[in-house]
Amino acid sequence: MTPIDLPPGYRADPSGTHPPMDFAGYGSTALRHPTRALHVLPHRLTELTGPLFGDERVLPGEDDLTRWNGGEAVGQRIVVHGRVLDGDGRPVPNTLVEVWQANAGGRYFHRVDNWPSPLDPNFTGLGRTMTNDKGEFRFITIRPGAYPWGNHPNAWRPAHIHFSLFGRAFTQRLVTQMYFPDDPLFFQDPIFNSVPDPQARQRMVSAYDHEATTDHWALGFRWDIVLRGREQTPFESEPDDD
Amino acid sequence: MTEPLGSTPSQTVGPFLSIGLPWPDGPDVVPEGTAGAIRIAGTLADGAGAPVPDGLVEIWQADPAGRFAHPDDPRGPVASGFRGFGRCATESGGAFWFRTLKPGALPCEGGRVEAPHLDVSVFARGMLHRLVTRVYFPDEVDANAADPVLRELDPAERALLTALPQPDGTLRFDIRLQAAEAGPETPFFAV
Repeated sequence: MTPIDLPPGYRADPSGTHPPMDFAGYGSTALRHPTRALHVLPHRLTELTGPLFGDERVLPGEDDLTRWNGGEAVGQRIVVHGRVLDGDGRPVPNTLVEVWQANAGGRYFHRVDNWPSPLDPNFTGLGRTMTNDKGEFRFITIRPGAYPWGNHPNAWRPAHIHFSLFGRAFTQRLVTQMYFPDDPLFFQDPIFNSVPDPQARQRMVSAYDHEATTDHWALGFRWDIVLRGREQTPFESEPDDD
Repeated sequence: MTEPLGSTPSQTVGPFLSIGLPWPDGPDVVPEGTAGAIRIAGTLADGAGAPVPDGLVEIWQADPAGRFAHPDDPRGPVASGFRGFGRCATESGGAFWFRTLKPGALPCEGGRVEAPHLDVSVFARGMLHRLVTRVYFPDEVDANAADPVLRELDPAERALLTALPQPDGTLRFDIRLQAAEAGPETPFFAV
């Protein structure tokens, strides 16, 4: 087999950026975290590449969650928009963005969510889009409600939208949640607070965006998502005398 | 160079990932009837040995020639039409499966060769971050012995990352998130 020179890998995130797998405040992590140390997987071809989807994964209208089943979803209509960037600030163009969320009353369109809040027949909470050439995405949806989840006494999840991102490499795959500014429920939410670094935690919170707010129609929220950046090439970073 | 931007933190997929993530053709890395297709199946279990019914398993892999339809492959992208990606939500028994083609071996640094493998991501409620593991193939004894990733593991761990052939031809690959009486923990990787 012909030897190759691998391109630069992806930078490790600073400690505290991501939650630990074992987080006492979130009870369900107890039996779902490994107890042995992770092995290091160097970034080789499988890790430096990843699925690059085209428009075939997105159906027309999937960027508008408010119109399903022929009617309009109930709730505060919002525009959620932003950019997908890498750690060097470069846009990630033409990448799939998948979202899912609860309805305005905090109820998910799912058979195991049975708490006493009404379903909305016009809202499934599923959305998909592709970023454009500038890495920008835009969804129209309704502001999700908070919901109770039994993790601790009187436990309520802050309103959030689940986001799934692929970037351009297996190494950049990210599933996260977008929160809303000044949510009074942050203080008691172990999932939000599982992120050790308070600055990193704030990167999950969207900003109210009056520019994106449309008169007599919808409130705007802006949220940029940052995926891992590349290591510099050896030519740029290695000292000569190494 | 400007200061790098901090990454957005990972959060759990939560209990309702099945609203947003599964695709009807998710497990079909290749369509039914594809010549040479293999079936890989397993169960996802937790530290009590219980099946995880609200998880998602994804795979990413090279094509049978060991190539990727991706511009960052220094050998150049190929347009084989091979998706290389699969995703399958786990069912009530924690079961997941994929129909795919066996990938080829991959060149890497220093003239070494990686044995054919799949990269695997695991997501579930109760997991604040994905876990990553790899599937290797039982008919690649020599290539597996030379694989630079497997060589860093002990023999028991290597065995856990090697799929088991079943009488019906399926390759079985079970994932255990945490050691339990029922069995050892799957080796996982930091990427």
